[in-house]
Amino acid sequence: MSFDRATRDKLVRALAATVIAHADELTSLDQAIGDGDHGLNMKRGFEAVLATLPGLADKSTPEMLKSIGMTLVMKVGGASGPLVGTFFMELGKALPEAPSRADLIAATDKAIEAVKARGRSDAGQKTLLDVLVPVQAVFAAGGDSRAIAVEAAEAAERTTPMLAIRGRASFLGERSIGHMDPGSRSASLLIGAAAETLEIKAGS
Amino acid sequence: MSNSSSGNVGIVIVSHSPKIAEGAADMVRQMVGNAVPLAWTGGDIEGGLGTNVAGILEAIETAWSPAGVAILVDLGGAETNSEMAVEMLPEDRRGRVVVCNAPVVEGAVIAATESSGGSSLIAVKRSAEEFYA
Repeated sequence: MSFDRATRDKLVRALAATVIAHADELTSLDQAIGDGDHGLNMKRGFEAVLATLPGLADKSTPEMLKSIGMTLVMKVGGASGPLVGTFFMELGKALPEAPSRADLIAATDKAIEAVKARGRSDAGQKTLLDVLVPVQAVFAAGGDSRAIAVEAAEAAERTTPMLAIRGRASFLGERSIGHMDPGSRSASLLIGAAAETLEIKAGS
Repeated sequence: MSNSSSGNVGIVIVSHSPKIAEGAADMVRQMVGNAVPLAWTGGDIEGGLGTNVAGILEAIETAWSPAGVAILVDLGGAETNSEMAVEMLPEDRRGRVVVCNAPVVEGAVIAATESSGGSSLIAVKRSAEEFYA
């Protein structure tokens, strides 16, 4: 896995591109069981991240991730701003400058724990953690980019029949069943884009 | 926004709707006058419904008191963004700002009333949380 400047630049653009391309879809999902602002909020956040290029990609990988996280915290709003922002910030804090696969797995673990703490939640409550946690299991077990992307997409799909226990959708109780969680969908999009860009090989 | 030079616990009101936040602050002022530092914030950074960390940080600064600041919030994102804002404060202030688990309007009025009597941050938070528990 390489994290050179070109890769960092490509990664940022890929993350932003997928969120922006799917903004309407995220909004529709959120209109079904939330307050309908997820697509717009995430788009605004990632447009703000794009605006910090090219300087953003000049930073080291850890500093770049922290910067992305801070921009998302300040610009996204909603509950997703702090949640997704915390993931990036903590990932940046935990990563060395030239991370190995093991470093990345360890850092991702810490970032997921931080998201759990921020949201006082865990997998099983119909939130982005229902994507982060199973994807991390595939990654830690040696999965390559493709396996990671497939698991991310499937994990988001698996939130459809779930009952929301945390987040705005939990107000709907049983009516939250039958709709995919918007935060899980955006997390799966981001993971899919990152996995494709980073070309992660299978390994232990 | 309004402020007070008293040493009482400050109150910050955070709502997705600027109108609700401002209205709740008006009710607090009517109850306790200028006896407590008070600030409100609401809306996302583009003025739509939502909350934002920068606005919350600014409100904490406006309502700052050495006795601390109690934050009253409405729905989920307001709470998450408020907790994020508290973590981003300088270390010497972080421990003196709390998010209350109470209804935003009633909680703000009760917290402010408690604060106006010179109560500690812990007592202010407890009053807001216990009244409707």
